Amino acid sequence: MSDYSKTKSSMPDFSQLFDHVNRISPDATTDEKSSPKAILIPAQDLLKVCADLHQSPDTYFDMLSCLTGIDNGVQANTMDVVYNLYSIPFNTHLMLRVLLPRENPVVDSVTSIWRTADWHEREAFDFLGIKFTGHPDLRRILLPADWEGFPLRKDYHHQEYYRNIKVEY
Amino acid sequence: MPTDSIQYKYKPSNLAESEPNKFKEENLRSEEMIINLGPQHPSTHGVLRLEVLMDGEIIKDVVPHVGYLHRCFEKHAENLPYNQVIPFVDRMDYVAAMNSEHVYAMGVERMLGIADQIPKRVEYIRVLMAELNRIASHFIAIGTYGMDIGAFTPFFWVMRDREHILRLLEWASGARLLYNYIWIGGLFYDLPVGFEDRCSEFIKYIKPKLSELEKLLIENDIFIKRTANVGVLPLNLAINYGVTGPMLRASGLRFDLRKVDGYSVYPELEFTIPIGEGRKGTVGDCWDRTWVRMQEIHESVKIIEQCLVALQGEHKRTKEFNPQAMVPKKIRPQAQDFYIRGESPKGELGFFFRADGKTDVPFRCKGRSCCFSNLSVLPEISRGVLVADLIAIIGSIDMVMGEVDR
Repeated sequence: MSDYSKTKSSMPDFSQLFDHVNRISPDATTDEKSSPKAILIPAQDLLKVCADLHQSPDTYFDMLSCLTGIDNGVQANTMDVVYNLYSIPFNTHLMLRVLLPRENPVVDSVTSIWRTADWHEREAFDFLGIKFTGHPDLRRILLPADWEGFPLRKDYHHQEYYRNIKVEY
Repeated sequence: MPTDSIQYKYKPSNLAESEPNKFKEENLRSEEMIINLGPQHPSTHGVLRLEVLMDGEIIKDVVPHVGYLHRCFEKHAENLPYNQVIPFVDRMDYVAAMNSEHVYAMGVERMLGIADQIPKRVEYIRVLMAELNRIASHFIAIGTYGMDIGAFTPFFWVMRDREHILRLLEWASGARLLYNYIWIGGLFYDLPVGFEDRCSEFIKYIKPKLSELEKLLIENDIFIKRTANVGVLPLNLAINYGVTGPMLRASGLRFDLRKVDGYSVYPELEFTIPIGEGRKGTVGDCWDRTWVRMQEIHESVKIIEQCLVALQGEHKRTKEFNPQAMVPKKIRPQAQDFYIRGESPKGELGFFFRADGKTDVPFRCKGRSCCFSNLSVLPEISRGVLVADLIAIIGSIDMVMGEVDR
């Protein structure tokens, strides 16, 4: 962990951050409507981009605040994974977004960079069935292991019985 | 609905199927054993189940099994209008519901773009309530922690003092635990007449009690022996695990969202951020975490005093004041992704929203729970300790399972 007092001087703004990401992932695009502003990156570049944002002294995103999986519904047929990064020394936020196909949502795990991603990715897997390759221990976390289906998918129908207990009462 | 049929059929394999252990017996070495701790044990603070891999008395690994209190917050939130989600937000961290409400309401207000139109009096009341609730939450943390490691008296003392806070909050909101008091754009009610005076009385009452508690528990030799140098959490590990709140501060980083983000009226108030200094052992040990919570109570008391001055002076009660004046009739934010965070007593409480701009219901609402991330660091800091120390470490994390499991 580097010395915080040294890095405090210059805070990268969003266009600089985007240029930074763009050098690694040429297909990245921006979404300025969201707050904090988001960068959309192709799924195959995620690990590279995250590792660089975490290590580079210009960005130094040392904290993964939040990881959210989103199902965009049957019609859009896509899923999103949203990463909310935060840099403590620069006091800067960044949102990264990855678009995944709904039939086979697979994305690289960022557990090797931020270990807090471990449980957050398990949660996304639990609720949406998004698979994170390279995750050390991808099991259900909040639901029982033998629960059927992924509840936060928009076309989810809960099972009728769980261990002889009626689910809807 | 009454039914004659048997609801739950017991089978010995039920547990193995629904919540299987991570470690398999056949893979253990001959000196190793698996001990199950919880979920129904008072020292696990609710329904946390720990699968502990031990070599004699030494812990080799801990696997937390969570989800026993899962109440589908995110699924509910996807089916309810923004304002109706607030009671569910209360039930996340049920010992500090005001703080959760505050963050949630603030997030939706910012999404709607009305955050700067909220009357100052409303904001001061919100902060007052949140800080009262923060004290109550830290009381629970310190009291139950003392009880975990063998100190019985402080628990009764803090419960006695917390009762005063709960009565104040009940007077204002009508509920003791789950308030639904802070609304999007305002408040349920204005403060009841005489609340400010009663609150000042409480502050006068609580101050000497705090130093008593400090002398009885925090400075107690047995307590120090049980907690100092136990469960040391290094700063870089804490950040990497997304640990926030008193736990992060105890590891030595002056990082409090009330200062860093400066939301609500916190920039107008004077308070300091205590950090762990390793006075009795190493920076980031269990004692530091408890000590930081204790100091934070003192800071909250300062904040409450300043709020009371403001609420009786500059922003005093008027006949025209309507706490619901800015409450929007229709809550429909524009299509956007939005992340809001705030300092709850346990750390960074965040909400991620996706609004589709077409309905009054969030398309996705994720609660970033501080206890969830704080708990995930438990295996890292409890390898190689004794079982008794594991209990001390769990207590020092101060998680509320309602928020871990949502």
